[in-house]
Amino acid sequence: MENPRYWRLKKQRYSLLGEVCPHCDSKIFPPRDICPECGGEAKTDFAFSGKGKVYSYTVMRDAPAGYEQNAPYTVAIVALDEGPMVTAQLTDLGEEPVRIGMPVEMVTRKLREDGEKKGILVYGYKFRPICFHENSQPASQGQAG
Amino acid sequence: MEKNQPASKLLRTDRKTGIVGYGAYIPRYRLPGSEVAMLWTGSPKGSPVKEKAVAGLDEDVITMSIEAARNALVRANIDASELRAVWVGSESHPYAVKPSGTLVAEAIGASNDIQAGDWEFACKAGTEAMVAAIALVGSGMGRYALAIGMDTAQGKPGDALEYTASSGGAAFVIGPREEAIVNIEATYSFVSDTPDFWRRPEQKYPEHGQRFTGDPAYFKHVESAGRVMLEELGMKASDFTYAVFHQPNPRFPLKAGKDLGFTEEQIKPGLLVPVIGNTYAGASMVGLTAILDIAKPGDRILQVSYGSGAGSDAFYLEVTEKIAERRELAPSTADYLARRTEINYATYARFRGKIDMG
Repeated sequence: MENPRYWRLKKQRYSLLGEVCPHCDSKIFPPRDICPECGGEAKTDFAFSGKGKVYSYTVMRDAPAGYEQNAPYTVAIVALDEGPMVTAQLTDLGEEPVRIGMPVEMVTRKLREDGEKKGILVYGYKFRPICFHENSQPASQGQAG
Repeated sequence: MEKNQPASKLLRTDRKTGIVGYGAYIPRYRLPGSEVAMLWTGSPKGSPVKEKAVAGLDEDVITMSIEAARNALVRANIDASELRAVWVGSESHPYAVKPSGTLVAEAIGASNDIQAGDWEFACKAGTEAMVAAIALVGSGMGRYALAIGMDTAQGKPGDALEYTASSGGAAFVIGPREEAIVNIEATYSFVSDTPDFWRRPEQKYPEHGQRFTGDPAYFKHVESAGRVMLEELGMKASDFTYAVFHQPNPRFPLKAGKDLGFTEEQIKPGLLVPVIGNTYAGASMVGLTAILDIAKPGDRILQVSYGSGAGSDAFYLEVTEKIAERRELAPSTADYLARRTEINYATYARFRGKIDMG
């Protein structure tokens, strides 16, 4: 039962809400209030576009506790267009094989169910192959902050 | 209210409203009807639909509502923080107690200053939310309200509904007339206590009254709502470009439409049930999104939903010249239809939690 942690992380988990550094304009994810590039204070919200590319990936066949029902599934390091790398599951892969450099977009999905059908449902970001035409922008909310 | 045409049964707001953004969501997996037929009858024939849309392992009404809502917000060209209501209508909310609306609102970036209750009225929960959103905006309580109809419908293995019970839906941002891509001219609802389809608490699958679901239920309510709407407007079916009805199977909406005077050409563009199945609370709403993807300014649309238990909401809609610039901003319903991965019954059983993992 980790409800306080899920609750605390909901903004970043549901919609890739990170931060932007007011000093050097670095985009920061996950939010940490200190810019990893210049060391300055960085508390301004920034909504990532959700677009990125697969930097590396692996297939999980022996899943950790809580994720068994989804195995096998693919976990990737995704390089977001704005710079940061995030680790996340890939979803809705269809017949297309995963490849390094594959363009992906963020979707909010159910990550796991807590506690034997009695606990809370945990939601968060995953990435799927970009599958719609160029001028579509389905992934994320507008600029926050 | 005293000036609001007291003799009319139609619901109209003093402050004019419209749809300012719409968004569809259809999951990518498709279960062919022949798979279901083969399993239970030994023959691939007999399914009323070609295939139905199936939510993936990590999808539910909340996640699908989030994507449809994001599409609707992009088309509305507003920030989510301007919404004053986020309402989700469904008969498959992931929690029995804990609103879907708050989580959807948080994920799309809505503010904390909103209404966010969930709606339940079998397959018309989504259009009930639309009527409420129209009232909220039309009263001036808020500038924008988001109404969603979304379902991951439950079909008991071997039941007739298993061919059609599917996943998907749509979201609509209701807002002021001056920003509308579709003007909402009037609504009308017709309800009665009718025991055609129900699910008791803690039951996994619904029960239904077999053939009782037809004449006294679907047809009586859909046709009453449609007929009263046409009579009160002093209009006839041929005055409309399109009509979209709740679509539990391909036959019902075509017959109801025909009884009201509509042709197949008016109904077919919004008739998605042959290729996605019955998305329950999402059915007439996602059908409407397919029409809006192709509609032209000035086109008139009649939408009539149906929810068991029972009732129908009818909407008289007129497309504005703003449609062309805004519909390209998000994926079309045809895009979602084309994104398709066929699955077999075993994968379907796994995705929909029909395998007991112990």
